Amino acid sequence: MFGGIAEAVISLASGLRITLNHFVNARKHRQPIGIENADYFGQDKGLFTLQYPLETIPIPDNGRYRLYNEIDDCIVCDLCAKICPVDCIDIEVVKSTEEIGKTSDGTTKRLYAAKFDIDMAKCCYCGLCTTVCPTECLTMTKTYDYSEYDITNMVYHFTDLTLEQAEQKKKEYEEKQKQKQAAKAEDSVVKEKPTTEEKSEVKPNVKPIFKPVIKMTPKPPTPPKNEGEEPEIK
Amino acid sequence: MLAFVLVLALALGFALAAVYAERKVSAFIQDRYGPMEVGYRGMLQTLADIVKLLLKEDIIPSAADKKLFIAAPVVIFTSVLAGFAVLPLSPDLIGSNAPVGVFFLLTIISLDVAGILMAGWASNNKFSSLGALRAVAQIISYEIPLTLTVLSVVMISQTLNLQEISFQQGIWMNSLDGYADEQNYLFGIKALGVNITEIGGILTWNIVRMPLFSIAFIIFFIASLAESNRAPFDIPEAESELVAGFHTEYSGFKFAFLFLAEYSMMLLVCFLAAILFLGSWNTPFPNIGSIKLATWTSGAPGTIAGNVWGAFWLLSKALFLIFMQMVVRWTYPRLRVDQLMKLSWKVLTPAALFILFVSGVWRLLMI
Repeated sequence: MFGGIAEAVISLASGLRITLNHFVNARKHRQPIGIENADYFGQDKGLFTLQYPLETIPIPDNGRYRLYNEIDDCIVCDLCAKICPVDCIDIEVVKSTEEIGKTSDGTTKRLYAAKFDIDMAKCCYCGLCTTVCPTECLTMTKTYDYSEYDITNMVYHFTDLTLEQAEQKKKEYEEKQKQKQAAKAEDSVVKEKPTTEEKSEVKPNVKPIFKPVIKMTPKPPTPPKNEGEEPEIK
Repeated sequence: MLAFVLVLALALGFALAAVYAERKVSAFIQDRYGPMEVGYRGMLQTLADIVKLLLKEDIIPSAADKKLFIAAPVVIFTSVLAGFAVLPLSPDLIGSNAPVGVFFLLTIISLDVAGILMAGWASNNKFSSLGALRAVAQIISYEIPLTLTVLSVVMISQTLNLQEISFQQGIWMNSLDGYADEQNYLFGIKALGVNITEIGGILTWNIVRMPLFSIAFIIFFIASLAESNRAPFDIPEAESELVAGFHTEYSGFKFAFLFLAEYSMMLLVCFLAAILFLGSWNTPFPNIGSIKLATWTSGAPGTIAGNVWGAFWLLSKALFLIFMQMVVRWTYPRLRVDQLMKLSWKVLTPAALFILFVSGVWRLLMI
């Protein structure tokens, strides 16, 4: 009986010692150090909570979170929108009448983005859009804490054209196209006369059907060796 | 009347601080922060919780026994609060100097059993009834070792008055009426001849006056944990076992009342433990020769300094015991109801009986 009591007392005391150790170690608390720091896993005593957002862990610079498009470098090739698995990139292209300018790596820009929306609420952070971007204007930044109360605020608009400017660019392009059509019409009226006959025939646009045909090439008759003999036909 | 208001204010203020302290202590033990937002480092958290509880809807289940349901928290809290009347806070501050002090305290605390039964029955809820039955069984079983240990102290002190018990444990014993010729001896044994009435300090505390009282103190501490339904004896209100036991159906102000009653009970039994075993409002430092630490760290009864020192020492001891109660809560696993009963009847009661017999004999050595 007394052995049992002794064991009970020892186990109770050791339990208390563990608890009081933890209580006394509560002076130390976790420092907001990032993963690059060698001591990141070093702490084994003390308080482990970080009081976010007063204390935040620093993110490495290559953190892959919110997308950012440097619109001045964008050639509006639409590759990112095509490859996005969740279709979160929405691009509306307006062709320009002349070269707009050059991106930072020297590519000429001929297209305007009337609308370049990325819906970060749909984004799955796969990074495929950043992989295919030819000018590397679309990147993933290290901002991760950007939740909103209104989900429509999660759509990020990267175009730098206002609605009026976009409309204006569209009109410019359409006018240029019309001019081109008009110029073409004039040219064709001048050149049309000698070639009308040829062109008035409407050739049935039939694709020749290719059928392999075994051509029986007539064998050159073998000269008869004697007059009465029939040439052997094999 | 003044004593009543003071005690009520003390109980309320204590509950406020104790809930915050419990949350912080449990947090630090579990390597986390606890409340940090409301107020400086979360100090106003309890206030916010009380405001929330007061603003909650007062729900009474439709099938509940309305009168008993409403009366139960009142009965529990009143019986616990009435026990504070006979506790001395300092040499001169005591609500009631009745000669039957400790006897009255133990009996009036037992009334909260009736309140718990009322709460469990009136809720008309299987979990509540089970919780109430378990609580009643637990409280009644643990009252036996509790009362036996208290009786051992009473045997040594020869009085039921808690103020007299307090005076006997310090250097001011001879200033009390009727104690002018009493002397304290080391370990209570007159035959050894070491007179420590003037030395005081920890040597005159009851746990040293009768050395087996250190075991009696442990038994008292364990039994008092069970009396206040505190872990590891919180089977009656265990969240994972019985939803919330006998106070499942209580919300809002009534729940705050029950909570307050639990924390007041905690404070009461810690006060009682300090008074009976740890020297009450006496200092732990002895007078060693000419370095009269005891006299310097306590004041003569009747003076303001005496009352301030006395209250300080008693509150420190009680608060330390409360801290130990909180640490115990987060250290030990909950006892199953049969283990609980076994501990009370088969371990604590025989030990308390043995100590009671030895105390009776010991008293003879003190005369």
